[in-house]
Amino acid sequence: MLKFPIYLDHAATTPCDPRVVEAMLPYFTQVYGNPGSRNHRFGWEAEEAVDRAREQCAALLGADAKEVIFTSGSTESNNLAIRGAAQMYEKAPAGSANRGHIITAVHEHKAVLDPCKRLQKEGFDVTFLEPPRDGIITAEAVQAAMRPDTILVSIMWANNEIGTINEVPRIGALCHDRDIIFHTDATQWVGKMPTNMETDNVDLLSFSGHKLYGPKGVGGLYVRRRRPRVRLVPLVDGGGQERGFRSGTLNVPGIVGLGKACEIAQQEMEKDGQRLLTLRKKLEDSVTSRLDTTQVNGHAEKRLPHITNISFGFVEGESLMMAIKEVACSSGSACTSASLEPSYVLKSLGVGDDLAHSSLRLSLGRWTTQDQVDYTADAIVKAVNKLRELSPLYDMHKEGIDLSKVEWAHH
Amino acid sequence: MAYGDKIIEHYERPRNVGNFGTQAEVKNRKDIGVGLVGAPECGDVMQLQIKVNQEGVIEDARFKCFGCGSAIASSSLATEWLKGKTLDEGLAIKNTQIVEELSLPPVKIHCSVLAEDAIRSAIADYKQKNGMPVDERQAASAH
Repeated sequence: MLKFPIYLDHAATTPCDPRVVEAMLPYFTQVYGNPGSRNHRFGWEAEEAVDRAREQCAALLGADAKEVIFTSGSTESNNLAIRGAAQMYEKAPAGSANRGHIITAVHEHKAVLDPCKRLQKEGFDVTFLEPPRDGIITAEAVQAAMRPDTILVSIMWANNEIGTINEVPRIGALCHDRDIIFHTDATQWVGKMPTNMETDNVDLLSFSGHKLYGPKGVGGLYVRRRRPRVRLVPLVDGGGQERGFRSGTLNVPGIVGLGKACEIAQQEMEKDGQRLLTLRKKLEDSVTSRLDTTQVNGHAEKRLPHITNISFGFVEGESLMMAIKEVACSSGSACTSASLEPSYVLKSLGVGDDLAHSSLRLSLGRWTTQDQVDYTADAIVKAVNKLRELSPLYDMHKEGIDLSKVEWAHH
Repeated sequence: MAYGDKIIEHYERPRNVGNFGTQAEVKNRKDIGVGLVGAPECGDVMQLQIKVNQEGVIEDARFKCFGCGSAIASSSLATEWLKGKTLDEGLAIKNTQIVEELSLPPVKIHCSVLAEDAIRSAIADYKQKNGMPVDERQAASAH
């Protein structure tokens, strides 16, 4: 029996794995020491737990445990990496212009874009790369933007709205050749796809607990220690925890949960990935084969197994969400809806350049079933057909009228 | 968005969906008035067609709507109210009545304005086709 609503928004957040919750519980009431307390057993036990979690995270990343810094999540990790590296490797001190050049892309997450925009106001120069229609930032695109004063490149590993995979190892190699620091926001990637900091040429990598079936409010930043040894100016000053990169008493239960989630992800990644890829492809085929003027956004192959983003012509976003209310997913209206914020990610790909599209992001997870996917595909097809029956634009499209040539009464 | 029951009811079972022919087909039919208002990039387009008998009474009305739940409900309600009304009675329908009937939330008031525009536009189209004077204020205009 299907239970409603069906959760297909795992790119927004995932449920905590019960094994993670179980691992965390003793650290609230029994092992409650501060890992910074060096004089008693309570502190030592908490420190042991944090060290173990650090090993678990490092194992998933293919890194050394010393290279993992715990934070409150990817937003903080991104801010620390970008602001911290920019200030450390600046070409001129605060208050002056031309402090250095940073490269990122327009369809990054806001937690990357906004720190970059702030740095822009503070005297850094930022290039925001525009993706091609397939959404993928290539090494060539980054290379073309590089300058002698480039100090930092920040390109996400996989996009959160469309799941496309950027050329991270190749971009990293370019940066290493030129002594440029390379940061990647790997929030959607880590725990879903194999990661090896040795061969992937990443200097700084952000990840989050709650995207990989761990708890919310905890995440990490990988900071490379050799070739090159990366240094950062901290955002938060205080007790000097986390090698001075991030002061503040450690969130021990959260960190234990993050570690456990990483351990489980490492064990189940391959099996989960294959299963989800099969389900996602079925979902896409089932929807696109039954509806015209519908497209899956982003590169056809170079995408995460569990995320799909589909656009539907001549259907308005909010009414589509209303019609599939039993499915919890995310809408990214490409352009047309007055009531829904247009997605800058889809806009950057040119989705919605033709009039009147709306889009759904569906992201599957560890407990998504075939039945849920089948129900969802049917619900979407039914909803789109119903709304198209109501849509004067779909009639006009079928009559061969070019909607962009109609003189609309703008109001 | 939390909608009232009446909006959801109209959204789920919209009344009088359809048309009396394609745009090309109804263009020269003197008994049909057509209103097409809104714009795709604004997220709402309403098409309203009215069929008027020789006594000047709106015998039937059909709509199609690209838009949110409130826009669909507003146009559905408009067709219900128009049926059986004279042209003057149709013109007397005000967007505020639609707001009240459906309990539209403040951010959705533009949907009722669009429905009123659609009514005015369809009636003006009918009058023009039949050589009747059209009050400029009655015709839907860009605003």
